[in-house]
Order: sequence, then C-alpha cells, then structure tokens
Amino acid sequence: MKRPRLAMSERRRAALLLSPPFLYAVLLLALPLFAIVLFSFWTQDFMTIDRTATLDNYREVFATEKWVPGAGLWENLQTIGNTIYLTLLGRSLYVSLFVTAVTVILAFPVAYFISFHVSPSRKSLWLFLITIPFWTSYLIRVFLWKVILGYNGVVNASLINIGLIDEPLTFILYNINAVIITLAHAFAPFAILPIFVALEKIDRSLLEASQDLGETRLRTFFRVTLPLAMPGVVAAVLIVFIPTIGDYVTPALMGGAGGQLIANMIQTQFLALNNAPLGAALALTAMVSVTIIALVFIWLNRKWLRART
Amino acid sequence: MTAKPLITLKGVNKYYGDYHALRDIDLTINEGEFFSLLGPSGCGKTTLLRTIAGFEEVSSGVLMISDTDMSGVPANQRPTNMVFQSYAIFPHLSVAENVGFGLRKSAMSKAEKATAVEDALQMVGLAGYGARAAHALSGGQRQRVALARALILKPKVLLLDEPLSALDRKMREQMQVELIKLQRDVGITFILVTHDQEEALVMSDRIAVMFEGEIGQLGDPEDLYRRPNSKRVADFIGLMNFLPARVADDVSEEVAAKPAKPLGLIDRLKQPFAPVSGPKALPEYKLGVEVQVPGLGRAIVPTSQVPKGLRQAECIVGIRPETLSLLFAGEKTDKQTVDATIDEVVYYGDMTYYDVRIEGIAEPIRLAMKNLIGRPVLEVGVTTKVIWDERSLVVLAPE
Repeated sequence: MKRPRLAMSERRRAALLLSPPFLYAVLLLALPLFAIVLFSFWTQDFMTIDRTATLDNYREVFATEKWVPGAGLWENLQTIGNTIYLTLLGRSLYVSLFVTAVTVILAFPVAYFISFHVSPSRKSLWLFLITIPFWTSYLIRVFLWKVILGYNGVVNASLINIGLIDEPLTFILYNINAVIITLAHAFAPFAILPIFVALEKIDRSLLEASQDLGETRLRTFFRVTLPLAMPGVVAAVLIVFIPTIGDYVTPALMGGAGGQLIANMIQTQFLALNNAPLGAALALTAMVSVTIIALVFIWLNRKWLRART
Repeated sequence: MTAKPLITLKGVNKYYGDYHALRDIDLTINEGEFFSLLGPSGCGKTTLLRTIAGFEEVSSGVLMISDTDMSGVPANQRPTNMVFQSYAIFPHLSVAENVGFGLRKSAMSKAEKATAVEDALQMVGLAGYGARAAHALSGGQRQRVALARALILKPKVLLLDEPLSALDRKMREQMQVELIKLQRDVGITFILVTHDQEEALVMSDRIAVMFEGEIGQLGDPEDLYRRPNSKRVADFIGLMNFLPARVADDVSEEVAAKPAKPLGLIDRLKQPFAPVSGPKALPEYKLGVEVQVPGLGRAIVPTSQVPKGLRQAECIVGIRPETLSLLFAGEKTDKQTVDATIDEVVYYGDMTYYDVRIEGIAEPIRLAMKNLIGRPVLEVGVTTKVIWDERSLVVLAPE
C-alpha cells in the first residue's frame, strides 16, 4: 500500500507548510478582529466590563440623543446626527480621500517617468531611490516634516529669507494641511509602485499602434495608456486610502487641536478613557465605512471600464 | 502595367549612436505593389519599415511618400498604417472598437462607422465578431483584426512587420494566400518585412534582400532565385551548393556539325561570286562564358548568369539542389553526368534530399529528387551518376 501513504504524506506536507501562516493569520488577525467585534457589543462599567450584549456603543457613536426603546424605529433613526464621533469619522474620510487623490495624482507622473523615460538598466536604481525614505522609521519622517513645516522650520525660514513673506506661515503646521502633506509623502512609494508595475506591463507597440492609427501622443495617453494603467491606479488608491484612515501617529503629531482624526479618538477610548467597548465600536464603524467606500470605488471603476468596452 | 512610384528613398541613413542601421538606401516602391523587405534578423529591414511608418526619423537622406517629403511628419499624420508583429490589439477594447479605433476623427456618423467596421471585419473574414473581447481571440483572428483596423483607414501603404511569424505553419500558409488576395482586392501598396524567404517568394511582386543595413539585391522573386548577384543572397534564398571554380572567357562554340559549312562574312567578301550550295541548316552556336568547375568539368554558362567584370578569375559556382538529379538504374540521359557516392539521405515524403560526394569536390553536394512513382529511395554508400546542366550554374564573385 504505497500510494495511499504517499498521498497521505503529501497531504501532511501541505498541512505542515500551510499551518504556520494559517495559525499566524488566525491568532493575529481573525482573533483580534473577533475580539473587537465582541467588545463592541459589551459596555464598560467603570472598572469592569459588562458582558451583556447591547447596541449602546453604536447608539453613542451615531445618535445625538439616547435611544428611546418605546418609540418607533423611524423616530429613533431621526436622532442620528452630529456626534463628535461622526464629525471625526467624516474628517478622517475627507483627509484620507484627499491624501489618496493627491498621492495618486502625484505618483502617476513619477511612475510614468520611470516606466517610459528611464532606460531599462536604470529602472531598478530609480525604484531603489524611491524606497530610500523607508530606511528611516515612520516616526522620524513625521518629525522631519515638523522640522520642515514648523514655525521656524525650513519652509518658513527660506521664504522669509527670500523675502516672499514677512511672517512665518501658520497654516502649514498643526492642522489638517500638515496631516495631508505628511501622509501624502509617507504613502507616495505605495502608490508609485503599483502604477509603475501596471505601466510596465503595457505593450509599447500598443502606443505605436495608436499613433499609427492617427492619434496624437496626448490622445494615445487617454485612449490607451490610462485605461491600461487603471488596475495599477485602483491598487494604488486602495493601498493608500485604507491605511490612512487608521493612521493616528501623523494626526497626533502634526494635526494640532483641529487636526485630530477618528484613529486618535479610538486610541483615546482604548487607552486614556479606558472605554474599550466604545473604542471597538468606533473601530468597527471606521472599518465598515472604509470597506463601503472601497467597494463603491471598485464598482464605479468596473462600470467605467465596462462602459468603455 | 505602368509603375507609378509611391515611396521614394534617396540616400537614407539611420544611426543609433555609433550603430549604422541603414546605409545609403535608395529605393522606389510603386503604387499597388506587394513589396517585401527580406533579410536575416538585425539587417535593418524592420528599421526601414519603421522609418517609412514614421516611428524612426531618418538620420540623413530623403523619404518621400506620394511626392511629399516625410521629414518631420509624425506617424499619426502619414498615409501609412501598420500591422505589428505582436498585432498590438488593444486588450481593453472589443473587436469592433479595435477596428474602429482610427475612425474617431472621421466625419462619418455613428451608424456609418459601425457599417465601415462591419465591412472591414467582413473583408478579413471576421463578420459578426465585433462584440467579442479582443483578448479572447486566437492568433490568426488577432492578425485579421489588426489587418481590418489598418485597412479601414484606406491608407496608401500598408506596412506589415513579420505578420505571419507568430502563426503555425498551416495558418501561415493560409494567411499568405489570403494576404495576396486581399492586396489584389484593395489595390493598396503592401510592404512586408520578413525573414522567411519562402514567404517573400510566394507573396511579393518585388523583393529587396537586405544585409547589414544595405540592400543586397532588388528584384522579382524569380530574379532573386535564379540570378542571385552574390553568395549571401544565394545563400539566404533557398538552398544552394557552392563550388570553387574559375571563369575563363566568353566563348561561342558550334554545337552540332552541319552538313555544309556556310561561308563566313570575310570569305564571302573574298569570293563574292561563289555559288550558294543549296539549302543548308544554319549552324547552332552556344554563346556563353567558359567556366571550369573542378569535379564537374568544363561548362558554358549563359552570359546573363555571370557577373560582367568577372573573366579569367577565381569564382564561386552555385547550383540549386533541384537542378541536379540522380541517374537511376535503367534511365538514360544525353546530358552531362558525373560519378558520385551517396553520403546522406533525407526523406521528406514528396522529395528526397541526397548529399552526394563527387571526386574533386571537397564538400558533399546536396540535390533534391522528386519521389516519382517507381523511383526508389537510394541508400547511403550507393554509387550513382549525377546529371547536371551547365545552364543551371550561377557564377558568383568570390567573397
């Protein structure tokens, strides 16, 4: 009975090979996520956690007034509104979308340049240069931006010395602008790389074919290059958009009073206010919002691509 | 047919840095012609095609299409369209959108465009394929889409860059015939780049054979095959045996002895009143150039098959395998023969190729025999006779 044993051993080998990453994923991804979901339905009762399942946390996130059990669903839905959490979530989404747009729009020309105008032997060098910022920690890069954008920072000092301004600019640090600038820089390589890969995959004879068929270079870009680079752009958008929502280091350090985002609130709930259940509910709300926006984006993109074909 | 020049190249050179890709190309391609650029890879044929298409600028020289200088005219404004080697079908568009890609700026209405696209698809045998996704097509279908996409714009010249090299043999042969028919139907000048000599011979009206950025020979297929002007052309097109030989001089020899020798002009002047001795057959003379081929013997080669300046000199003699034949048992011939031993037999079904050794010739000679009924396939080591014909010898200058 050799064959069954062989099959068995292959199966066992597959199980052996798969189990470490599987365990890793279960332990470090699925379990914490499950814990967060669980927590969001519990409540903090001063020092202990009340484990009766309730929607109180979500009510607090969404509703301005207490949920009235006796009233109808519609009356209660009307209380949804302008909570501090929703304001922060809205600001977070705005910052993330803005950062994503800025990053991808700035990353595209860089990726295009490397793919189309850098000689093949130099491309890896360019990609290497683009990843150089990763050699220092994220935190240090954020601090560097503080030095650059600060009241007596590089930007202000230079502009004053040139004589363009008399007083330091204040709108570039400790507000949302600073957060956007810092995040856009931090995520630039993540946007450049997928777009670069998509551009590299484009058969150059397609561009020649388009010109041969009477189109200018600009028209060729919009009719051939851009549609074919779209998968890379979509990847870049998702890669930038999803993690920026969760980033709390940059808003904490660069955002000042008005630049705090939902991630900071989640952190505060978990650590400073010792309200893990509310923090969990906020985290889940943010996660679901990001998922919905990402899905809508993918759906729109598919629809746009299909409309072209 | 009057040949009207459509594309004229005068002294065209192309450099890539130090690399001289095109060397002093002078070429005229006529209207309605099926013209092929043939050559080994790296000979500059694709560069020449891309220069005509406008993807490469000439470094020096003039390129004219319909009497218009093309310098500074970008590819999108030239009256040329191209079928790319990779076909360059837009993967994000449907078949119909691919074919209609170049119609964006045309004045046609939407419905007219749709009709034009359908007509173009019909022309290449893809009627009804319009809605299909381009990436789902087979190689042969992509090729047809690429053709339709180029022809729908009614260019003056259709440029084909090795269009058949990606197809399997059967498909390739079918497409060759279809391309010839298509070219006759539309009447547009086709310029084909290929490294496949058979393809060029089958399809073209005229062929330019290119080597290292130069045109080695320009002519119609028969010219190139029967009267190659150099060893490299002869070697590139078809199979040819090359033998070292020596060219002597022009000769005119009487072939058959005639009953009565007529008086020569001088004699007649000497004897103006000599009687005319009845009706006589005129003597036949063999005009040609005497060539001594070691191993074969002396031959009188037609003057047209010997380069003009080549007399009293060493040369190379080329013989096509199909112009030689074996003398099979029981057959007779009045042609010249030479003893030979069979060295190698390659059986092809319809043909058998024999490599034979002939005394006095260092390399084995290859010859091709049709496998006619009753004709055996000889075995290695058999001694036999090889029939050769001096008219088939091509005399070439040594390299």
